[in-house]
Amino acid sequence: MANMSLEKTKMNEQLPDVRNKNYSEVALGYTPEQASNEAARCLNCKNPACVSGCPVNVPIPRFIKKIQEGDMQGAYDELSSANALPAICGRVCPQENQCEGKCVRGIKGEPVGIGRLERFVADWALENNVTSTNVAPSNGKKVAIIGSGPAGLTCAGELAKKGYSVTIFEAFHVAGGVLSYGIPEFRLPKAIVQKEVDNLKKLGVDIELNMVIGKILSIDELFEMGYEAVFIGTGAGLPNFMKIPGESLVGVFSANEYLTRINLMKAYKENNPTPVYKSKKVAVLGGGNVAMDAARCAKRQGAEVHIVYRRSEAELPARAEEVHHAKEEGIIFDLLCNPIMIEGDDQGKVKSMKLIRMELGEPDASGRRRPVPIEGSEFEMDVDTVIVAIGTSPNPLIRSTTPGLDTNKWGCITTAEDGSTSREGVFAGGDASTGAATVILAMGAGKTAAKSIDEYLQNK
Amino acid sequence: MPDKYQIVKKDVLTPDISRISVYAPLIAKKAKAGQFIILRATEDGERIPLTVSSCEGDEVTVIYQKVGDSTMTLDELDVGECLADFVGPLGMPTDIDGCDNVAVIGGGLGCAIALPVAAALHKKGVHVDLIGGFRTKDIVILEKEMSEASDNLYICTDDGSYGFSGFVTGKLQELLDSGTKYDRVYAIGPLPMMKFVCKLTATADIPTIVSMNPIMIDGTGMCGCCRVTVDGQVKFACVDGPDFDGHKVDFDETIARAATYKEFEAMRRENHKCRLEGMGNG
Repeated sequence: MANMSLEKTKMNEQLPDVRNKNYSEVALGYTPEQASNEAARCLNCKNPACVSGCPVNVPIPRFIKKIQEGDMQGAYDELSSANALPAICGRVCPQENQCEGKCVRGIKGEPVGIGRLERFVADWALENNVTSTNVAPSNGKKVAIIGSGPAGLTCAGELAKKGYSVTIFEAFHVAGGVLSYGIPEFRLPKAIVQKEVDNLKKLGVDIELNMVIGKILSIDELFEMGYEAVFIGTGAGLPNFMKIPGESLVGVFSANEYLTRINLMKAYKENNPTPVYKSKKVAVLGGGNVAMDAARCAKRQGAEVHIVYRRSEAELPARAEEVHHAKEEGIIFDLLCNPIMIEGDDQGKVKSMKLIRMELGEPDASGRRRPVPIEGSEFEMDVDTVIVAIGTSPNPLIRSTTPGLDTNKWGCITTAEDGSTSREGVFAGGDASTGAATVILAMGAGKTAAKSIDEYLQNK
Repeated sequence: MPDKYQIVKKDVLTPDISRISVYAPLIAKKAKAGQFIILRATEDGERIPLTVSSCEGDEVTVIYQKVGDSTMTLDELDVGECLADFVGPLGMPTDIDGCDNVAVIGGGLGCAIALPVAAALHKKGVHVDLIGGFRTKDIVILEKEMSEASDNLYICTDDGSYGFSGFVTGKLQELLDSGTKYDRVYAIGPLPMMKFVCKLTATADIPTIVSMNPIMIDGTGMCGCCRVTVDGQVKFACVDGPDFDGHKVDFDETIARAATYKEFEAMRRENHKCRLEGMGNG
């Protein structure tokens, strides 16, 4: 019997005023009853639009049906057949623009809580040590994956299942890429990331940490070492700045730096040796997920936090849930404002910021209405910390050391639809080729590239 | 064969400065003068950037000063123990081409970085005057090595207890006054020292390369913490540097940025000392 409630089954969360002082996970996940209740909202459509909205085409109605039937193993098998990192996607995918955005239940009322159900199944599997063991016998062919973020992990998992001998080279001392250094503990617990990484190791994937490819080894040297194909999943790690005066004052940070200190270097833990700047009032520049993450971390560090974004609320690129959570936690949104300069005191520390108010004009190339400054509307804002979260670009370390690898004017590696690059045997995907995007799109690219690498090596 | 990142040699150079050689064959094969590594002494430790002092066989040698909590933790490791992480080589190598007659100037621990640059130049046949500055005689390090890596070595002490009495800038001025011509100067050491060397060489119109050592996390261009303004442009010391044209570096900004976490670091340092003393008493 279908559950015809117009609303999603609520998921338990930590109360806003409690959680904005700790780093424990905000959303607590469904109980089996809640999951079963929500699963019953799925109409099991003949032509499931949700699946077409998913970059990795998870058979959504099929796994939800298994939940309804109480067959958790079956649900996990369906889910993991298409998605290598379901516990992560269930937490960080922008479902409203993907699967849930296409759900027919969303036409009248809220769509089925697909993300929440995905998380429920994946967490069940992690708790019960259930892994996908469907691995082909070794074919003896070596593939190198550069970067252990969502694209690299997915590509590695797919290839390992097909019998390839896969080595991931990671620059940091921890695997996971943005999942480890960027997304905070309260949104994606690192224990979950580690378990997903451990699952890959169980598939036979070797992870070499502390290896900055482009410095310690070039791609050409990887081929000389016997790797027959290389996948570049190095992400878009280079932080962009506003290029306004005062950006090198003490107290101005890239979101990458701020988040890396707190997440990767574990500064959120008491008595950790990595420092975080002590702030009273923080302005976070930008309106994406990274801006929300940085703002919510700054809040947890005890500051008053403002999001400064030059467009209006409707254009905020962040996931709806992140904006909602940020507001609940007391983050102040200063919309339609753009910083002009940051001002410092006599010790070179940030003391204030000068901004100008904006209004929305005609739509620009992105289809969003272009923000236009309102003349004479400049104003001052007292802040001691500015966190710049206006986007990132691909790191030049690989492209500058790989002759014949074509990139576009933004430094993104040029790839065909199948993930192949201008160099034979070299494939790329994720933010390294698209510029900063989402975890799930990177995973989709990793999956596509794995298929292409398999075809390439079979025909070689 | 030693384990990955195992400390295979350790010398105490002064009570505050030690030298370790670490088993890291791939890095040892690749690293060039001026490049650096990042290490973590222990799990959950800080990432510490250190310039490579020398590479021999499968070993990479670095020199560190016990200035804070993390370097004190590093110093607690002995030969045979392994570092948690050791990654590199990072940054661009020092440009040693296109000069015949140079002064390489090191200040304090900066001499550990000046040494491989001087050695690389000297090996190429460049005439190298090496000026090494220290506060006092007791903390002079690497004298023998620096002497071997240069044509003339001038040790200076602030208090006059050894060698030339005064700052490295005083010695450089004296050499220039006596008619010595340099086509390039390399200055590596504390920020104020580099700033004043650059002031002097700007007047004397000698191109000057400085090696910046700002606060850093990843060392691969990812955090932007190490940004330095050079000729009005923001550069990342970890990937664009660490060497820059000293006449174009905004030293005052860099000096302010270096103090970002001063209070936190002082607190950690005191806590560390208390822990050590506590252990001694227990």
